Amino acid sequence: MTAAAALLRAILAALVLTAVLGLGYPLLVTGVAQVAFHHEAQGSLIVRSGQIVGSRLAAQPFTSPRSFHPRPSATTPPYDAAATTFANLGPTSPTLLDAVRARAQAILRLERPYNPGLTVGGIPVDAVTTSASGIDPDISLAYAELQARRVAAVRHLPLTTVERLIRRNTDGRSLGFFGEPGVNVLALNLALDKASLR
Amino acid sequence: MSGEGLAQILAYVVALLALGYPLGIYMAWVYSERFRAPRPVAALERGFYRLVGTRADREQDWRGYAKSALLLMGVFSVLLYLLLRLQGRLPLNPDHLGAVAPHIAVNTVASFVTNTNWQYYAGETTMSYLSQMAGLAVQNFVSAAIGMAVLAAVIRGFARRSRRELGNFWVDLYRSLVYILLPLSLVVAVFLVSQGVVQTLAGHATAHTLSGATQTIARGPVASQEAIKQLGTNGGGFYNSNSAVPFENPTGLTNFVEMLAILLIPSAQVFMFGRMVGARRQAWPIFAAMFAMFAVGVALAVPLEQHGSQVLRSAGVDITQSAAQSGGNMSDKEVRFGIADTALWATATTDASNGSVNGGHDALTAAGGAVPLVNIFSGEVIFGGVGSGLYGMFFYVLIAVFIAGLMVGRTPEYLGKKIEAREIKLAAVGALFVPTLVLVLTAIAVVTHAGLASIFNLGPHGFSEALYAYSSQANNNGSAFAGYGATHFSTLLGSVALWLGRFVPLVAALAIGGSLAGKKTVPTSAGTFRTDSPTFAVLIVGVVVLTAGLMIFPALALGPLVEALS
Repeated sequence: MTAAAALLRAILAALVLTAVLGLGYPLLVTGVAQVAFHHEAQGSLIVRSGQIVGSRLAAQPFTSPRSFHPRPSATTPPYDAAATTFANLGPTSPTLLDAVRARAQAILRLERPYNPGLTVGGIPVDAVTTSASGIDPDISLAYAELQARRVAAVRHLPLTTVERLIRRNTDGRSLGFFGEPGVNVLALNLALDKASLR
Repeated sequence: MSGEGLAQILAYVVALLALGYPLGIYMAWVYSERFRAPRPVAALERGFYRLVGTRADREQDWRGYAKSALLLMGVFSVLLYLLLRLQGRLPLNPDHLGAVAPHIAVNTVASFVTNTNWQYYAGETTMSYLSQMAGLAVQNFVSAAIGMAVLAAVIRGFARRSRRELGNFWVDLYRSLVYILLPLSLVVAVFLVSQGVVQTLAGHATAHTLSGATQTIARGPVASQEAIKQLGTNGGGFYNSNSAVPFENPTGLTNFVEMLAILLIPSAQVFMFGRMVGARRQAWPIFAAMFAMFAVGVALAVPLEQHGSQVLRSAGVDITQSAAQSGGNMSDKEVRFGIADTALWATATTDASNGSVNGGHDALTAAGGAVPLVNIFSGEVIFGGVGSGLYGMFFYVLIAVFIAGLMVGRTPEYLGKKIEAREIKLAAVGALFVPTLVLVLTAIAVVTHAGLASIFNLGPHGFSEALYAYSSQANNNGSAFAGYGATHFSTLLGSVALWLGRFVPLVAALAIGGSLAGKKTVPTSAGTFRTDSPTFAVLIVGVVVLTAGLMIFPALALGPLVEALS
């Protein structure tokens, strides 16, 4: 084969492979996914009264004392599910130290009225660190328990009700084994709104 | 480490062996002359060979094989560059993204064609669905298949006697794609969607949040890309935060499956090697050496991350592990993965030349971050990339055989082949070229103003960022201390690392295969150094540590070590 012929053949091969692997394969997976797992394939969206209120898989901003708050986010603006990012601050970064201290102080101001005697040493680490995606939908059980007293008091709900809802909206380890348990903040806040209406 | 964490790591190892071993047997059959596909499938295969003007039984010598591989990579580079530059005018772009900037496109082409997937861009805000599917995911398949094909050819060099040919590149490529990567990817992709990974051609979703804000949710054909990204040891995320994003990796179970997919083919290839050379026992010392280095990495990374970073300890927040939290260094980590699964992933992804992440590596503890860095710097041979990991390991194996030969005063032999000056020279080039390249490029990046502009964190951590960037690109890993920024200078310097880091070892390995194929075998005798013994596994680890380890140690001292001690 001459060099030109070899080049032509390689171009043909590249085009065929692109068609099969770059269009055929993803479109086949899309077809199966849309038919068999439509809800998941579309992004696990939560719809209330005909409107998309978010995704179970993406944290969204909550600042009201009535709500559970998600972990800090490094995206701009925070919890941007269309531009995920890490904070990328190193383990000795002074910027990170300032940020962690500021977040800890804000949590003390918010939670101490409901958790007397709370100190920085009682704040779970996930509450003051950015997540990897910027939209981590979960918080640790420890952080949920810390926020439970505030939410119960502000909403005038019994603490036991709030704690029951936390347990119900905790995703345990997959199959009881893989990963770590986490409390889904959006699902929990939706459940709380429902309980408060009753 | 918690009991649950340890149990998950053990389950991972067991699953890897249980799946890798049979897959290795299957792959050895696929690459063999005995292989016959079922009738309708075989017709498609013959059609492809006709298209590229070859036949299954028309074999190539190492030069012809290398030329075909490089030609296809060249053609795909041009196609991918055009696609990225023109994506704004092409279909399947529901979020109306414009052309990828030229310097980013140049680096991305080099990165994806070389099976690296270093990303100087954020996927969801840069790449149209067409670019992700028909550009990047195609390279995820093809670059992996090229590595697998080259490995099959090099192994034939060990197995054959007095031959010039190593196989037919197009046959090995086609079989890697259609009989190995594509079926595995289909299964993994559909499983991932069932667990919550997104797979849609609809554009972003807009949510009206409970607090009255608007949230845009980026979507796309994610699962199909996620599957091949892991199986092909590519690692390039659909989203910027890669497999940390819940839409790529929603649960502990998907995390486990994705981690398995990272090391599945590279570990299976070791067993494939044993079958293809007709000496299954020869696979075990190599597997043991790889596994030992993997285990040391995990055993270091998990407790180091659990111990927490300097910043978190001096802030005084609660980092203790308990039933209610995983504790430790949770900076840039996700709650559902916690410490054990993030540190295990960080080790696996840098042992394999995968480079996907489920947490931010820039925020790893100083010593914990050194583990991935050393893994990458070893030349991606601790299982390594699909194909490239094992053919990279052969360089060290041949050097180990050579050293053993010097010690006993005999001409070194491996698998019955005399290892002579030409093979050792090529193995030395293969083993030493990339580490040298890394050190030279890192030096350039930290003494020039243009290079320093990319550094995000100050002090020794900034040096680690640069060292990691060029280690990752030259070794075709693709993970990052992601603060390291994209400038014209860093993208071009990175492209040099990517291309040379792929070509030189690939060609050296094929040349070794060609050289070995031409040799006769000599019968083993009482004096032959045994390469199927535990001693040989120890020797391989020793050679890796001495060659790669000693080259990186001075650089480690300037970055992670200083930081860990400060």
